[in-house]
Amino acid sequence: MDSHVRASAGHELQHEAHAHPGPKTYVMVALVLSIITALEVAVFYIPALSPVLVPILLILSAGKFILVVAFYMHLKFDSRLFSGVFVAPLVLAMLVVISLIILFKVLPLYRNV
Amino acid sequence: MNHAAVVPASHGEHPETATGLNTWKLGFWVLLGSETLFFGSLIATYLTYKGESVVGPYPHEILNIPLTSISTFVLLMSSLMMVLALAAVQRGDRKGTLVWLMATALLGSLFLGFQSYEFTHFYHAGLTLETNLFGSTFFVLTGFHGAHVTVGVIWLLVLWAMALRGRLTQADALKVEIAGLYWHFVDIVWIVIFTLIYLIQ
Repeated sequence: MDSHVRASAGHELQHEAHAHPGPKTYVMVALVLSIITALEVAVFYIPALSPVLVPILLILSAGKFILVVAFYMHLKFDSRLFSGVFVAPLVLAMLVVISLIILFKVLPLYRNV
Repeated sequence: MNHAAVVPASHGEHPETATGLNTWKLGFWVLLGSETLFFGSLIATYLTYKGESVVGPYPHEILNIPLTSISTFVLLMSSLMMVLALAAVQRGDRKGTLVWLMATALLGSLFLGFQSYEFTHFYHAGLTLETNLFGSTFFVLTGFHGAHVTVGVIWLLVLWAMALRGRLTQADALKVEIAGLYWHFVDIVWIVIFTLIYLIQ
């Protein structure tokens, strides 16, 4: 591929990437983040929800994480390359966490049976 | 020689590159990726040793959910201030940039105040880095997060001082954007810590 064409295409991509949301969207996202945080704390204090507490909290937390990354860090609007260099190690980190939990928390339970 | 990689800056503050992306921003995302692995390892260590402490204080005895919920809200709102600062500098609003950058730094400092209070309270309640596995993993994880927030507050204050002297103009928006990426990263790490450590006990 000709380097000048590639640079030109990239420049267009860069302009497209700069179409970030405005203050109104930012405030709306903050409102949603506040509501989710309030829900998390409320769920923590409801004893009836204790059997499903972990999945509910993980889903709510993931929602907050995605909102901040997508709108405040602009990954929803920026180049997919930025998403790639961030999401790849994130997935790796999650695999490390899950593997260690399985190794140290789940497998020993079966050994003791 | 790759000509696309060395094309001179001809479009404002963004030199053209082979990818068409700003190399500072791309490099910073790579740094954030490595930071993700760093905090991932600390979180993995905390979860691995969770419930393994043989002496107290234990998490359910000592963690203060109402207080931490407020500090979590403070940090989330600081992220809002940060993006408003970026929007202000992008439209050349110097006053707005100064206000929102200072608001972000102040909320970040308030979060650090909450953390200092919490650490002091834990110390007086008998929980230190050496007390038990909970203390060791908790203080290392939240301590490193607090250190990152401290670096972020200093960074924001430097940007604020630059804006005050008129050295942070619309052409320097990328500097605020990169500082913002760091600040929001610190925020998302806390989102995970708040759920895994404080709420899932």
